[in-house]
Formats: sequence, structure tokens, C-alpha cells
Amino acid sequence: MNSQVQGERVAQAARFQRGTFRPAPGRGALGRMLLAHARTEARLTLRNGEQVLLTLLIPAALLVGLSLLRVLPMPEPRVASVTARIFALAVMSSAFTGQAIALGFDRRYGVLKRLAATALPRWLLVAGRLVAAVLVVVVQLVVLGAIALALGWQPTLVGLAWTVPLVLLGTLAFGALGVLVGGALKAELVLALANVLWFVLLMVGGIALAPGTLPGWATDLVAWLPSGALVNGLQAALAEAAAPGWQPVVALLAWTAVGALVASRTTRLT
Amino acid sequence: MSSNQQHTAVEVSGLVKRYGSTVAVDGLDLVVDRGSVLALLGPNGAGKTTTVEVCEGFLRPDAGTVRVLGLDPLAQGSALRPRIGVMPQGGGAYPGVRAEEMLRLVAACAANPIDPGWLLDTLGLTSAGRTPYKRLSGGQQQRLSLACALVGRPELVFLDEPTAGMDPQARRLVWDLVTALRADGVSVLLTTHLMDEAEALADQVVIVDRGQVVAAGTPAELTAGDSDHQQLRFRARTGLDVRLLRDALPEGCAVREITPGGYLVEGRIDPQVVSTVTAWCAQHGVLAEEMHVAKRSLEDVFLELTGRELR
Repeated sequence: MNSQVQGERVAQAARFQRGTFRPAPGRGALGRMLLAHARTEARLTLRNGEQVLLTLLIPAALLVGLSLLRVLPMPEPRVASVTARIFALAVMSSAFTGQAIALGFDRRYGVLKRLAATALPRWLLVAGRLVAAVLVVVVQLVVLGAIALALGWQPTLVGLAWTVPLVLLGTLAFGALGVLVGGALKAELVLALANVLWFVLLMVGGIALAPGTLPGWATDLVAWLPSGALVNGLQAALAEAAAPGWQPVVALLAWTAVGALVASRTTRLT
Repeated sequence: MSSNQQHTAVEVSGLVKRYGSTVAVDGLDLVVDRGSVLALLGPNGAGKTTTVEVCEGFLRPDAGTVRVLGLDPLAQGSALRPRIGVMPQGGGAYPGVRAEEMLRLVAACAANPIDPGWLLDTLGLTSAGRTPYKRLSGGQQQRLSLACALVGRPELVFLDEPTAGMDPQARRLVWDLVTALRADGVSVLLTTHLMDEAEALADQVVIVDRGQVVAAGTPAELTAGDSDHQQLRFRARTGLDVRLLRDALPEGCAVREITPGGYLVEGRIDPQVVSTVTAWCAQHGVLAEEMHVAKRSLEDVFLELTGRELR
């Protein structure tokens, strides 16, 4: 029987040309790995119906609704104030909530382990996700910006110039927090917590209610939240065509640093 | 670095891994020679996956030493990972990712990847290339996982139950792939609970149970068994006088008609015994049919060592 098996082995190995699998290991170029990872992540996000609902449809509906219906008090010009808030919401939705949920389930399905078993360095696992988050945010803001323009928004060059670094910082801060939540807990817990935090920050984190409408101490507190800081910065840039001041920048930098530091200790592959 | 590391792909000694109070691996040793195939064989829960995951650098051993391609999988993981290919047990892809997209992502992480298109074609996945992972069949998911393990042209591959959930054609294909890998000098550590798989593919088989090695050797060594207790079986007309046949055989051989017309000779079965049996039959005008010398199968060895109860 053994010689029979050996005979079959030789016969069937002929299906593959000798040398087909000759070892030639090595790590791919860093730039190529980062691009491939980020592109895959971004495509998956934009293809996922629930993610599109969260990152595009809800912000777009709120943008139209809040601009046209005067249900909430907003500084004038109204459409610019709403746009600033919706941009902040869009960043939070994709970089934080979407990111956390995707990471939680990717861990559950062994994706991180699969990628960690390749030559992809560990830091690139996070960097790829953050670059993907930035790509998705760009798509979101282009779409939402076009809707805002149609609603009569008149952005200034100064405002747009400040928007770029603010959005980038906001994406990093929320992205780090998203990795923190999505990388440490069970997938179901991540789903619940990320959605609850999204809702809480939307309602009282400075997005739906302007910080000025809250009691004094709450206004000060909200200004230090990542959502409040991003709204305040974008409000200055987009509605007032002014520099955002130091506080939003410091707050977002601090959340990025704390989120990244804690996440680097608590994130697990499975 | 000792010189034998050049000849050794994986060296595990005294490996212990606990989960809480459960001991998953309890003092396990194994060596995979370069360019050879080692099958880690054992029942479910024997510690096979834990052992493999320690070698891949995913788990920290509680005791013992592990060297993979001469490196410590934990401390030198970033140097090791580009050189190995990993097929984990189940999962390992984004639910929404297309098969081809996933393979191209893994290929992008390697310096000299195998053409992903060719690999998909070889593994029968071309028509499923645009299908999201969650909609692939279990066997297709396994084949994609195998493609991801091979695409980087690794020196060493870890295959954790590579044929689980595959149909017979796909299993054959995997066997052919492993054979081709070995022929090209790739070292393979695979786990399985399929005896025929281990018997057909492996240069070395290590049987583990409850985290310990219970037997190790080549398939031939493990199935050779005790040479004084071999069996010769044949069929003939019923009612042969077995005492006459026994008298013709050397001392120590026993003959029985175990079923009507089914005869069993036990003892040390050498060529002389086989010749004596056929000569005796010829003398008595008996045609012996279906005559064969039984070897223990790996399955017999396995069940002997790990028990027959279900767990």
C-alpha cells in the first residue's frame, strides 16, 4: 500500500511544474502594503450598506433636514453652521463608530490574525485602517459638501483651508478611539457601545445642540470632547471663516495621543 | 545558533501551554526537518492548534523553547512572518471581501508573490473570484485560505486541518499541493485527524493526545507494529482442516476459520509462511482467494493509543 501511495504521489505531483513553489520569501514594499490594505478597507466600507447608511445617508438627511427646518437653534448663516456640525458627525460616524464596529467583527472573523500572519508589520495594520478612514472621510465630505452647496452654503477659501487639517485631526482622534473600542471588547459589546457613544455624542456632545445652548459648565466640558472640539473648530472655519483657535486643536491632539497610547496596549488580534 | 538549525525548520521542546487551569499542551517535543512534511495527528482538543499557534507566534508558551527557522516566533516575529505561510483553522477573511481581493491583499504583502490569478485558477476559485467571502462554501473558504498561505512563496507553511470541510476532489488537490511543496523544498507542518491524510503525505507523524506526544515516527514505523503478531487472511471453501494447515506451518503460528470460508493465520508472517500456505492449498486442491497480509493501519495505531471512546 505504501509503494502504491508513493507511486500516486509522483504521478500527481506532475500536475505542478517542478519549482512552482520554490521558496522566495520576503516582505512586500511598505508603500505597496499600506496602499493595498487601505484600499481594501475603504472599498469594504463603501460597499457595506449599513456603513453607507451610517456614514452618508444619516448625515445627508440631517444636513438637509436641519438646514431647511428650523427645529434647532443654530448661529447664522444657518446652512454653514449645520454643515460644520454634519461634517463633524460624518467624521465621527466613519472614523469612530464604523471603524470600531468593523474592527470588532474583523477580529471575531480572524481577519486581524490572518493579516498579522503575513509580512504586514503590526503598526501597518493600524495605519492602513486610518488611511482608509481618511479616504472614506474625503468621499463623505465631497458628497455632503456638494449637498450643502446645493442648499446655499457659501464656503470661503480660508474656511476650507482650515477644514483640511481639522478634519484630518478629527479623523485621527476618532480613529484612535475607534480602534481603542473595537480592538479590546467582544464584537457585540463593540456594536452596542459604539452606537450608544455615537448617539450620546450626537445629542449632547456638541453636534445637535450647540455648546452655547447648554449650561455654562457643560459648554466648557463639551468643548473638550472630541465631538465638541471638532464642531467648534469647524464652526469657526466654515461659518465664521476664522482660525479655529488653540483649544480644538489641543483637545483633538490630546484625544489622539490618549486613544493611540491606550489602544496600543489593549488591542488584541482576536 | 547551532549548525543543525540549518537542517531544522521547526524545533519545539518541552512546550507547555495552559489556559487557566486547563493544560492544552503538556511538555510536547517535535522537530520538522527542512523540506519535509510533518503531520500532527490527534483527536479534537489534543493541543494541535495550540502547538501550531505557538509556532506562528500568536501564543506565548508557558514553558519550553520554540525555534522556527532558527528564530523565536515571539521576539523575532517580524523577521519570521515574511518567511512563513499560515492557513489558520476556519475564518481569516473580511466577511464582505471578494475572494480575489483578499488574495491580492495578502499577495501585496510579499516581495515575490505567486501570480494570484494562477493560484485562484489552480484552486478552482476563478469563478468565485468576485464572490464575497461570506457567500463562499466552506470548501471554497478553505481553498482561499490555503491560497493565502502559499501566495508569498514561503519556506515553511503551517496548515491547520487543511482539508476540513472539503469534498474528495478538493482534498486530492490539497494532497497534490502538499506533495508539490515538499518536492520544491518547502517545509510543511500540518495538523489533521484524518489517518489517510497523515499516511499519504507525511514524512513524520507525531500523534498527540491530551497535550502530549504518544507516538512519533514515519508512517511505516508506526504501522509496522509487533512483528510476532501479524495476520494473513484468505478465503477458501468452508471446512478446511485447519489443524493440518497449522502442522505444516512453523512453530508459533495459529490458524482459525473465523467466518465460514474466511481463514486467519496469526504469528510471524514472513515470505516462507505465505509460500507454505499457498503450497498447502495447492496440495489439497484448494483455491485461496483474497489472500493478503494485513498491516496495522495508522487508524489502528491511533485508536490503540488514544482510546476508542468518543469525547
